[in-house]
Amino acid sequence: MKLPRLATLSFWKCVAAVLILIGVVAAVERYSMGLGATTHLVDTFPWGIWIGIDILVGVGIAAGGFTIAATVYIFNLERFRPILRPTILTAFLGYVLVICGLMADLGRPWAIWHAMIMWNPHSVMFEVAWCVMLYTTVLALEFSPVVLERFKLHRALKAVKAATIPLVILGVVLSTLHQSSLGSLFLIIPSRMHPLWYSNIIPFLFIISCVAAGLSMTIFESFLSSRAFGREIELPLLTDLARVVAVVLALFFTVRIQDLINRDALKYAFDGSYQSWMFLLEITLGVIVPFFLLIIRKVRTSKAGLFYSSTLVLLGFVAHRVNTAVTSMERWPDRTYFPSWQELGITMGLAAAGFAAFALIARYFDVFGEKTHNEEQHAPLRAVAMK
Amino acid sequence: MKHKGLLIDVTKCIGCRACAVACAEANNLPQEESLQLSATHYTVVQGINNDQTFVRRLCMHCNQPTCVSACLVGAFTKMDTGAVLYDENKCIGCRYCMQACPFEVPRYEWGSLAPRVQKCRMCYERVEAGGQTACADACPTGATAFGDRDELIKEARKRIDENPGQYIDHIYGLTEAGGTSVMYLSNVPFGDLGLPTNLPAEPIPDLSWRVLSQIPKYTVTAGVVLFGIHWITSRRAEVARFEAEERKRSPERNTTHTGERPRR
Repeated sequence: MKLPRLATLSFWKCVAAVLILIGVVAAVERYSMGLGATTHLVDTFPWGIWIGIDILVGVGIAAGGFTIAATVYIFNLERFRPILRPTILTAFLGYVLVICGLMADLGRPWAIWHAMIMWNPHSVMFEVAWCVMLYTTVLALEFSPVVLERFKLHRALKAVKAATIPLVILGVVLSTLHQSSLGSLFLIIPSRMHPLWYSNIIPFLFIISCVAAGLSMTIFESFLSSRAFGREIELPLLTDLARVVAVVLALFFTVRIQDLINRDALKYAFDGSYQSWMFLLEITLGVIVPFFLLIIRKVRTSKAGLFYSSTLVLLGFVAHRVNTAVTSMERWPDRTYFPSWQELGITMGLAAAGFAAFALIARYFDVFGEKTHNEEQHAPLRAVAMK
Repeated sequence: MKHKGLLIDVTKCIGCRACAVACAEANNLPQEESLQLSATHYTVVQGINNDQTFVRRLCMHCNQPTCVSACLVGAFTKMDTGAVLYDENKCIGCRYCMQACPFEVPRYEWGSLAPRVQKCRMCYERVEAGGQTACADACPTGATAFGDRDELIKEARKRIDENPGQYIDHIYGLTEAGGTSVMYLSNVPFGDLGLPTNLPAEPIPDLSWRVLSQIPKYTVTAGVVLFGIHWITSRRAEVARFEAEERKRSPERNTTHTGERPRR
């Protein structure tokens, strides 16, 4: 199997530009006309895809950041270092996009700083807000050596490097807290959510699934980077990650199904309702199929196999988060929701902006650690990247 | 001040909407009929079973309100009168209160560029000054009664006991979601009135607090464990490095390991 040739690079650049443009128009409308006129949110359905995708998925795919940082620094598995920087950058951009999405979703975004001085430790949202603030800072610091190197700020670089271990530990703690707290947000809504998604172990489900999604994002991003920058791919490393993804998927599946059985909710999976189909789609395409793909050695060690499997895991992850935040709240016929074009536009625009930002940063900074590792190989690589 | 409350007796309601009219007047809201709560309708009267039965909907003013616990900036407060009030000067507009409220009461000013959450305020100023709520004032049949919550519970119990067969033997709001200031008596099942019947008797904020209260413990434990693992693995790496150097320097010592290791 060969890696899919998904149209040319310039085609994707055009797609990204169009999406970003639509996103900007949608944002202008949202800020000039208000939430009511530009979203399909209503009193009985106050959260839509800006929460389901921009926030829940944005944070989730950033989970590679704490996983790989812990692998390299806490477990001292140095051979994973080549994928550390791009993963940290992905995580950082993920969090920046989350904040952007939040600014669109909040009704009074200018008051967002209230979270810093008006405390309510009884609110899960309070935990979420502080995790976003602190972990974005930690990610910025974790990525800062790349920037400091570029501008030869050696003293600052030394200071950041000295703080690496405490930063990484803080990052892992904050990140796990944040991933789980996004699940905990839903603990308070037992009566409104469909039993296929409401569970008192939802914080654990969110942590487990984010590890699979974060690592899949690292694999996914490695392939896109290899294509965009003409780099050789770190195939053995990605194969190892894929093995971990398979194990995590199996764990997720086990915990998820056991939880459904414990709550006597598995019956809803096969009752033919809209929710049951969404559940089956989520768990089959996003968990079962990629698991069986990844335990096949041939798939795990081939570029295309890894690419397709990680894409499936990511799609399944999006499905799980959107189902939790949106599908599980829907009740036919009086409570349904489908996003407006402005909601879709801002979500897609932000995603496109994320890819564009990664590409730009990777072009001007030493994101792949080539300069520090092999100085002499850099010249031809840059020549390829500039094409 | 003792916590006040409202006792709504569905069997006495004639659907005249005097409460809704009085409420709109007291809160400077437009006088327009509606069947659903909204940012401009703090209370509505809904007809059930072909208008055989009428039921008012309004904020339940929970004893341990979910919105108070859910709001990250503490924009909601349970007041001494029992009323749950919202402060727009704190609100950041995340709408977690709307999502969290088990009774789906908080409503949003979707059309505004500086939207606020709106809901019944249990006429806080009037009650504070010793009066009763506008809706209870206006009710011609006593379907809405205002008073101390304790007294209202006694009264409700009395009505159920003295009129056997006329009421369902349950005071809705006595224990629902940990108890509410607004309580209902009814002759038709509470589910038919549109009131949620699957609510836990424990206060709903406990569901989050059970997890939130573990954070300090988790943070310290995880920090210590991670540091410990880092310490062990880097020591191991150091030893491996040292041994590799040793091997390079004197290949014969490689097999008979002397136990000489770097010290820390």
